Formats: sequence, structure tokens, C-alpha cells
Amino acid sequence: MPLTTQPITINVGPQHPSTHGVFRMRVTFDGEEVIDVEPIFGYLHRGSEKLAESRTYTQVVTLTDRLDYVASMTNNMSYILSVEQLAGIEPTPRGVWLRMIAAELQRIASHLVATGFFLQDLGALGTPLIFTMREREQILELFERLCGARITNSYMRPGGVFMDAPDDFWPALDRFLSDMPHHVDEYEGLISGNEIVAARCDGVAVVDSQTLIDASVTGPMLRASGVDWDLRHRQPYEYYNRVKFNRPLATASDNYARYMVRIHEIRESLGIIRQCIEQIEPGPVRPETVPALIRPPVGDSYVGTECPKGELGFYLVSDGGVAPYRCKVRAPSFINLTLLREMLIGDKLADMFVTFGSIDINMGEVDR
Amino acid sequence: MPDPFDSILYRYVYCTLSSTGDAECAGHGLFGGGLLPGGLEWLAFPLTAAIIVAALINGILGGVLMMIWGERRLLGRFQGRTGPNRWGPFGLLTPIADAVKTMFKEDVVPTVSDRLVFTLAPIMMLAPALLIYAVLPIGAGTWLADINVALLLIIAVGGANVLAILAASLGSGNRYAMFSAMRAVAMLISYEIPLVISLIGVLMLSGSLSLVAIVDAQTIPFFIVQPLGFFVFLVASMAELNRTPFDVAEAESEIVAGYMTDYSSMKFGLFFLSEFAATIATSGVITAVFLGGWHGFDPIPSQFWFVAKMVAVLTVIVWIRASWPRLRIDQIMNFAWKALFELTLINLVVSGLLVLAWPSPSTAELWYMAGINWVVFLVSIYIFGRVLGPKHDSVRAGNIQSGVVLSDSDAPAIPAGGGD
Repeated sequence: MPLTTQPITINVGPQHPSTHGVFRMRVTFDGEEVIDVEPIFGYLHRGSEKLAESRTYTQVVTLTDRLDYVASMTNNMSYILSVEQLAGIEPTPRGVWLRMIAAELQRIASHLVATGFFLQDLGALGTPLIFTMREREQILELFERLCGARITNSYMRPGGVFMDAPDDFWPALDRFLSDMPHHVDEYEGLISGNEIVAARCDGVAVVDSQTLIDASVTGPMLRASGVDWDLRHRQPYEYYNRVKFNRPLATASDNYARYMVRIHEIRESLGIIRQCIEQIEPGPVRPETVPALIRPPVGDSYVGTECPKGELGFYLVSDGGVAPYRCKVRAPSFINLTLLREMLIGDKLADMFVTFGSIDINMGEVDR
Repeated sequence: MPDPFDSILYRYVYCTLSSTGDAECAGHGLFGGGLLPGGLEWLAFPLTAAIIVAALINGILGGVLMMIWGERRLLGRFQGRTGPNRWGPFGLLTPIADAVKTMFKEDVVPTVSDRLVFTLAPIMMLAPALLIYAVLPIGAGTWLADINVALLLIIAVGGANVLAILAASLGSGNRYAMFSAMRAVAMLISYEIPLVISLIGVLMLSGSLSLVAIVDAQTIPFFIVQPLGFFVFLVASMAELNRTPFDVAEAESEIVAGYMTDYSSMKFGLFFLSEFAATIATSGVITAVFLGGWHGFDPIPSQFWFVAKMVAVLTVIVWIRASWPRLRIDQIMNFAWKALFELTLINLVVSGLLVLAWPSPSTAELWYMAGINWVVFLVSIYIFGRVLGPKHDSVRAGNIQSGVVLSDSDAPAIPAGGGD
């Protein structure tokens, strides 16, 4: 009699050490090999889009903080740009530069979190995570100086930011900029050349770029497959056309490439912040003319911005009232998860979570 | 059969109790000896055994508590934090607080579990870990038993934890635990083989399976004479212990806690205890077999030397745990069968030829052997690295090719068909 085996189905999550929040997958295994994945969302659904309809345009900023809560600044920025387009508000230059500095700092912080948890999923016992968190802490302290909050910043307002950076912010930022390259070198030395990391990540979960484009995946995941698509460069918003930066691209499109793209983007973001500091001039951080209660004309607007995880855009519809008639979020975390099933099938159980970590999602943004 | 009176521990306790005036007892024993009243002389032997075992087990428990503290402190240092420092000086009492907490937790037994197997598994796990200490010579004359098959015993009981993991996994009826069981059984059985063969080189040098004889034979520590054997034994031990980078059986980020997922309270505590006890025992075996055991220099007592060497081995193990990610199960199996197994065979052949050349080696001849073995070690490690690691080389060099290029041209088109 031949030995028969049968596939086994496991519910991974919503309570699991490496599902990065309350994500749930119903995974079918054949031995160690994944043969089917069914992602199940919604455990963190708070109805942010609906809530936005009953708040004024300025109040919605606090809701955007809580979407991708490791990248609040870029969420703020994306929403504010959409409101400015809708209401025809012209931001002040100093406000824009401050927003760019904050957004790039946030990008570094988000990539640090992504890298740390990626290594954690690889089984490195907390050390890389704590190393990256150490540097993220410096960024959070900078945010604390900038706006008083660390995670849910709500720093930006239509027309600029709500307050100018205090005097002690600039020396602290300089210190951070001079420290950070050494820390990135440290990660590179510890992680990039590690034989186990290479053995585990090289050639795992490869997706070709056409599939990624078809699934409208954006961000580092797309750039790791060699597609040069960075909204800061393609559709420059804010003053991104006044700064020079490289766009790190990889061709392998595997877990290692996604990690490498993030590490290199940290370096590029540092360069952008330096250029912002050179070009920023004194002045008001917000035009006086912006009313406290914004009533945009009837119409709609959408601005896509390059967030750490991909293209984040707010589609706002105005009926002329004080609150958006409709607020639709194009959440990169959610859309980047589209290919999860294709990426996981055929891989081992152990690679499942590494791949999941390399996509870099945030459940606050997926479920909204 | 070695004389039990070779053990200072045994002689002292026995002579304190017994009053028959054994020749061996002359001048030994506390309080002049003879604490047992006449007529109860026959109790001396079982009582001696019981006292030494009780002392040893309590010593192990104390050692485990110290190691839990030490590991957490060390990990803290490696990770740039302080580690536990609240309870007691330097946080020394933290493990005690942990133990008390563990004991008072609710003992949950899942309804789908096989109750008997589920309950027995932690005990099955702890027993072999404790058994190893029976033959471990902790210092000159400080051992519980010096039996002539000590190394065989260690290998045999060391392999028994596979059974406990299997029992725990299948007994708890958890699917994560089942993955853990499959991984653990496959891995532990594979690594058993290089583990055993790597010891044969030492056996040929010492000519005995007794740990005491092996330590006595080490005029220079055997890790110098047997580098390949030491390397393989260290790596295979890490796999046997389920330590990083071979901790697939309890991979936290993948299968939650593996076979321990459904355990709580003192049952979990026993698993924890046996894991640490086994780690300390293995570091003791490494110390005895490869690091020269209790040999050091006077006037520092031999027991101190043994413990110091053990702590050094434990530090290395914790260091590895703090630094490295985990390997995948197929990579682990490849490593066992394609690298470690061949390396031990090379070691076996080379050591055999050397022992043939110098049947009972003097210290000078041991140094010749060491020289030849180191050449073999370095050459074979280099060759195996080249043969088994081409993938790694391509990644290293290919950080440009498979890694990152920087694009600063102004508007490159999106590739027409996607792709590059």
C-alpha cells in the first residue's frame, strides 16, 4: 500500500508573532511547502474613510496619522496635498520644505522598521530590530521637537505645517544626519554580507515586473524588480523637482533585493534632507489666508505621493461643505498584498513570513 | 571498573556516614566519620548516592537560574540594552521571580490533547538532560560516577530528547507543534551522525570512553589536536540543542513556539529548565572532551577551571544566538549531510592515520598531530566553502547585479514589457 499524505490547513494569525499586526492567512501546506494561501483582512477596520466624512478637512489629518502608524508624516503629506489641490491653497515655501524634511525623516524611520522586522522574521533574535529601533528613536525624538508628538504627529496643515521648527531642532537634525550614514554602514556590514541572510533571501519569492505592474504594486517592491517608478521623480509634488536624488533599483525582485532597495533609499533620503536644509529660507510656515474652516468648491482631487510603502493617495470629493463628501484612500500596503498568494505558493513555511516581512505592510493601512 | 573512591565527593560523604573503618577512609570524612549508628551501616552507600544526587540536581537548578540570568544580561549587552536589572543586585533574582511566576500560572491542558503523553513529555525532556551530569567530571576527583562508557551514555541519553519533542508535539494535538515535530525529528537524527563520528577522533587519541580518562589524556586540549572534530561537534551540538541558527523546531517567528506552543505553567517550566540544563550539560561535555576539562594551573582549583571553560562555551553559544538569523530546514539538512558528515569522515580518516603513525602519542607527538590536523581543517573548510557556497559568492559579488543600481537619469521610460 502506498504511503498517502494529505495537505494540512493552518490558520496563521490574527494572533501570531510575525503577522505584523492582526493579519490572518488560511494557509494550506503540503509538508513544509505552501500550496494555497487565503488572506483574510478586516480585523483592524475602524472605518477611517467613513469617519472622514463627518469631520472638517483639518480634523481629518488626525485620522490619516492612524492609517500607517509607522509613517504618519507621509500620510499627512499625501492628504494635505490632496486638500490643497481641492481647495486651491498655495503653500508657503518654508512650510513645504519642512514637510519634505519631515516626510523624508519618516521614510527613513519606516524603512528602519521594515528592515528590523524583516530580520526578525528571518529569525535573528531581536538584535537587528533593536539596532534599527535605536536609530528610529532618534527620528522620533526629532519629531517630538518638531511637533510634540512621536507617532501620531498631525504636523501638517493645508498650506504648510502648524508650527515652525524650534531652534534646537536644526542642530539635532544635523547630528542625526552625520550619525546616520555610519549606522547604515553598520547594518550593511551586519546584514547585507551575512551568509545566512543571503542563503535565506536570495531568489526567494521572485515576482516579475510585469506581474507587479499589472497588480499596480508600487514602492520599493516595484523598484526591486527594476521598474524605475518613483512618484517623487515621475510626478514631482512639493519641491521634489528642486532636489537631486538617485532612485535605487534592483533587478532580482527577490526578498534580498527588496531589502537592499530599502537600505539604499535610506541613504538617498538623507541626501534629500541635506538639500532641503540648504534651500530652506525663513518665512511663514503657513499662509495667513487659509481659513480655519475650509470650504472647497464642488469637485474632486487626487494626489499620489511616494510613501515608504508605495503610492499613497487620497481621493477627495467635495460637495462644497466643510467636510469631505467622500474620502477614498489608495493604500499601498493593501494593494501590495495583492500578489501575496502568488509570491508564497511553492515556498517553504519558513520563507512565508520572510516574504511577508519584505512586502512591508502595515495593518492600520490595510484595514483602514 | 574504576574505584568509586577516586571521586573525592563520594569519599567524603561516604566516610562521613560510614564507621566500618574502611582502609580508604583513613583521614577522610567530616566529624571523624561514622555518623551512622551501628546496625545501619548498610545505609551508607544508598545515602551517599542520594545526598550527592540531591546536591547535584540542586546545583543544576542553580546553574540553570544563573544561565537564564546570564543569557538575558548578555543578550541585553549584545543588543545595546541593559538586560534585567530590577530584582536583586544586577537583576540576579530575576530568574527566581520568573520561576515563582511560572509555578503559579494556570496549567492548561487542551481538550484535544492526549493527556498522558502531554503530561509525560516535559519529564521525558528533563530526565536525559539531568542524566548527562551523572558522568560529567566537574573537577579533579569531583564527579558522581566515572563509568567506562561515559561518552556512549552521553550520546545515548542526549539523543533521547527527540522522543520527548515528538511526544510533546503529537500529544498536544497542535498543528504548529506538528511542524515542529517533523522538523525536530528530521534535524536531530541527521545531526546525531556527525556528532557521534566527530568524537571518534578523540576516542582514538585517548583510548577510552570514560570522560575522566579523556580529560587525563589531554596534555594539550583536544580542540588544538582535533580542530575539525571540535568544529563539527560544536555545530552539531548547537543543532541538537535547538539553538540559533538551528532553532527551527521552536522557531518563534514561524511556528510560534513549536512543540511548546500549548504548554503552560510548570510543564512549560520543565521544558525551559531542560533546555537550559541540556545547554549547560553540552557545554560541560565540550569542555571535558575538547577544552582540557579541569586542567588549568595552580593554585586556582580545578573546579573553577572547569566552570570557567563552561561559561566561555556558553558565552559563545549566546553570542551566536544574538548575531545570526535562522537557517531554513532544507538548508540545515543540506548542511548536515553535505558538509558536516563529509568533514567528520575526513577527520576520521586523518586521525586514524595519525594514530596509526603514533599509537600512544606523547605531548610532542600530539603537537605534530595538531599541526597536520590544522592544515587538513583549514584546507577542507576552504574547499567545502567553495564547493557548497557558490550561491553566496554570486550574491556577494552580485550586489551590483542582483542588488542595487542607482538611477539618476531624468526620465527613463518604463520598460515596455515590464521587465528590465
